[in-house]
Amino acid sequence: MKVKVISRSTDEFTRERSQDLQRVFRNFDPSLRSQEKAVEYVRALNAAKLDKIFARPFIGAMDGHRDSIKCMAKNPNYLKAIFSGSDDGDIRLWDMASRRTVCQFPGHQGAVQGLTVSTDGSILVSCGSDCTVRLWNVSDANLADSDNLSDNSAKPQAVYVWKNAFRAVDHQWDGDLFATAGAQVDIWNHNRSQPVNTFDWGSDTTISIRFNPGEPNILATSANDRSITLYDLRMSSPARKVIMRTKTNSIAWNPMEPMNFTAANEDCNCYSYDARKLEEAKCVHKDHVSAVMDIDFSPTGREFVTGSYDRTVRIFQYNGGHSREIYHTKRMQRVFCVKYSCDASYVISGSDDTNLRLWKAKASEQLGVVLPRERKKHEYLEAVKNRYKHLPEVKRIVRHRHLPKPVYKAANLRRTMIEAERRKEQRRKAHSAPGSIVTEPVRKRRIIKEVE
Amino acid sequence: MKFPMKWAVSLHRQFAASILKFQQPNFTRLRLSRGLSSKAKPPVTMGAKKENSDDEMDEKVKKYLRGDAANLEGVKDKKLKGQLAVREDLYGKSAKTAAKIEKWLLPSEGGYLEAEGIEKTWRIKQESIAREVDILSSRNQYDIVLPELGPYTLDFTSNGRYMAAAGRKGHLAIVDMKTLNLIKEIQVRETVRDVAYLHNELFFAAAQKKYPYIYNREGTELHCLKEHGPVLRLQFLKNHFLLASINKFGQLRYQDVTMGEMIGNFRTGLGRTDVMQVNPFNGVVALGHSSGTVTMWKPTSSVPLVKMLCHPGPVSSLAFHPNGHLMATSGRENKIKIWDLRKFEVIQTLPCHAKTLNFSQKGLLAAGTGSFIQILADFSGSQNYSSYMTHSMAKGYQVGKVLFRPYEDILGIGHSMGWSSILIPGSGEPNFDSWVANPFETSKQRREKEVHSLLDKLPPETIMLDPTKVGTVRVPQKKEKPTKKDIEAEMEAAIETAKGTEFKKKTKGRNKPSKRATKRREMIDKAKRPFLEQQTQERETSRKKQKTNPETEMPKSLQRFVRQKAT
Repeated sequence: MKVKVISRSTDEFTRERSQDLQRVFRNFDPSLRSQEKAVEYVRALNAAKLDKIFARPFIGAMDGHRDSIKCMAKNPNYLKAIFSGSDDGDIRLWDMASRRTVCQFPGHQGAVQGLTVSTDGSILVSCGSDCTVRLWNVSDANLADSDNLSDNSAKPQAVYVWKNAFRAVDHQWDGDLFATAGAQVDIWNHNRSQPVNTFDWGSDTTISIRFNPGEPNILATSANDRSITLYDLRMSSPARKVIMRTKTNSIAWNPMEPMNFTAANEDCNCYSYDARKLEEAKCVHKDHVSAVMDIDFSPTGREFVTGSYDRTVRIFQYNGGHSREIYHTKRMQRVFCVKYSCDASYVISGSDDTNLRLWKAKASEQLGVVLPRERKKHEYLEAVKNRYKHLPEVKRIVRHRHLPKPVYKAANLRRTMIEAERRKEQRRKAHSAPGSIVTEPVRKRRIIKEVE
Repeated sequence: MKFPMKWAVSLHRQFAASILKFQQPNFTRLRLSRGLSSKAKPPVTMGAKKENSDDEMDEKVKKYLRGDAANLEGVKDKKLKGQLAVREDLYGKSAKTAAKIEKWLLPSEGGYLEAEGIEKTWRIKQESIAREVDILSSRNQYDIVLPELGPYTLDFTSNGRYMAAAGRKGHLAIVDMKTLNLIKEIQVRETVRDVAYLHNELFFAAAQKKYPYIYNREGTELHCLKEHGPVLRLQFLKNHFLLASINKFGQLRYQDVTMGEMIGNFRTGLGRTDVMQVNPFNGVVALGHSSGTVTMWKPTSSVPLVKMLCHPGPVSSLAFHPNGHLMATSGRENKIKIWDLRKFEVIQTLPCHAKTLNFSQKGLLAAGTGSFIQILADFSGSQNYSSYMTHSMAKGYQVGKVLFRPYEDILGIGHSMGWSSILIPGSGEPNFDSWVANPFETSKQRREKEVHSLLDKLPPETIMLDPTKVGTVRVPQKKEKPTKKDIEAEMEAAIETAKGTEFKKKTKGRNKPSKRATKRREMIDKAKRPFLEQQTQERETSRKKQKTNPETEMPKSLQRFVRQKAT
């Protein structure tokens, strides 16, 4: 007879010394666990509730400007810094960690309309309504020096005066050219006091400009004649143009998919386009209730942040329709510029009330050093919440956001109006010959035409 | 050819795995030789072995996949299809890793009993087993004789470490099974009919003469559950923290032990019964009645989920297999029936008398009657149970309850002269998971586990016959006509809301009590009106139907002879 009985010796299964960790044994057999799905569901529900408890996205406001903030720029080499320019010509460099002004760059006589930093982080270019473009030296060494003296002011490296007021400026990602937008699009070199090249297509002012991160010679602009134009510097003539029904306030290229860009439009939507195929938008992002003023992509390319005239900041997914998150405060007035920080953790918004506000990109994220066990737990809770977020109870909690009353009412009104339009369209369709009325998808509807 | 089992297990794992069926150590040599000839002929070539191990790994992977992969053919949305394909790939990978872990990384191996020569396993006595195993295991074989205090029932904690024993004459004892230490014993001086541990060893409930009581590990009485009444059986649902009880009047009660809330109170309507078991797979409580029916209950409905006729006479005991698909019932006609709970059909009928039944973690079935205990096992995993071991106790001992100890190869027997424990090799799960149940738990781990299990406490609505349905899409059912009961319930609900409406308190002499009363009556009549209208409509339509029927039945030429009923 051969017999063996389970016998566990205590030393194998318990720790040797009190300074050792407790031993943990795993057996993943599903028969040891009952009702796994129900347990996961309860965990998803609790995770959703905890998320809401820990959702405190607002970190702080940076106070100092004396007029509304119109533009911001990030320094790609220095994570903590952000430049902001306001309507009274004041440019400041902020340290986001301490939320203080490091350095001021006085000089502009009118509003500062655009700010940009060169890719190597050495030159800050600013342009304004006083028809000047100023170049400032902001390399690390300089900043370190100025750190010692508080509220230091710097002298511009160069001042170029030109014919018309400027509305926007952007620097090439890989090179030393920068472009300004105003009555026409001008291409400048750092050392030349006159534009190297000028593009002009159409008779209206260009209000925003952006260089493509992947292809250094391509840039996109938007103008007051409701168009988005793509230029290629090598061709010295504009490449393509798409005219929409309403004006585009700002454009941002997706840093991970450089052929796609998203345009923040005056009709409260953001339209994502593939630059090679401008006849139809890839995706329409609808959630704002007033004109979208600025847009910036996260360095991951998966999300973008928008700031709108309706006093809210929203974060959207790059391929989704509705916003994942909305940030608002009673004190924050019209948001004119937003930036996503270079480590994809923070969002900075500059608004009409002269403050820059720093928010977390993920509202319930734990900042600081996260222990590996904590991180694993967060990842698990995130995964289990995503698995059950379609069930009604979990969905209700995950989706719930408090909206300020004007935004809520405006959203309801918009919804009613759009529903009414849609119903009328359906009835017209139903009572006319089949095929005579063709509904265009929203992605196409807002585009009037594409011009070569 | 003689191929000794012990060698097979201690050999290079791959060889052993190819010869043995996974997770089921072969108990008899007879079975083993059959297995050898069908699977691998010695000397075995590497290729054949690899194939066998692949088959085995496939089966393991299937177990960890928990069902079939989703059918992605019907998904038209390309983005969704891509995302789902990535997910399915990930599931496959994790199942493969889990299967590999099971093969290589588990610390302990299961027990087995293998008879040699012409001897049969069911003739092997406990003494001969005790001689062959190590000292520590042979300590677990004993008889505790306590003749004066009545038949004993037992309960183990979920990690098998602690046991609560209750004698009918009022003796309650808690024993630490690892050290065989008596922690506490108290005498409550009342009949104790059943004892059940709550979520850990700190709390247990005893069903005493008039009410069930909840005690501490120290023996302090914590709660007296007056609402339950004179309880016959207690069961604890671990995931839901519900204490289920059936009392002398046939009333089934569910109470949440975390907040003390009474979740459900149902009159079974089938009389007094003391056969109650919880199905560990889905949390439904099954009762066996004297009419031979087994009913299954959940806390949110006052009618049983399932009512099945199992035996021609009263059901004497009931047991559930841990996988939730098998149920063993025994009746007075000396038969044990094994049911498949997915189809509610009998798989097997065994000619064996059983006053008490219990399944072990590995699927062995213990049946106890008189002073005789029989252990049945399905050797090939095909759910075909046959005799594995037997044990007879001294003649006067009447077996009251058999209970397998979790994670050990031990069977606890509560009988009229005390309790005993015998060794049943191959009955317990050798590898425990520390996050599920840890026999070597420290007090800190116990506290943490309590907090985590409270956070994961399932609401009582999750108890259903098929627990895998949570999170799936509910197929829209055809709307059935509401039954009379439903309509009445709706009407009552409407009347209740009407009664509960608050009226504005009028001033300036307009707030007369008579006016208020008439206003209230008006509200109730208004609430009742739609239901009464519906009823009159239905009566009219049914009358009309009755009228037209005889006319349409007769052929046209004879219709003038149809008697016109006086309207």
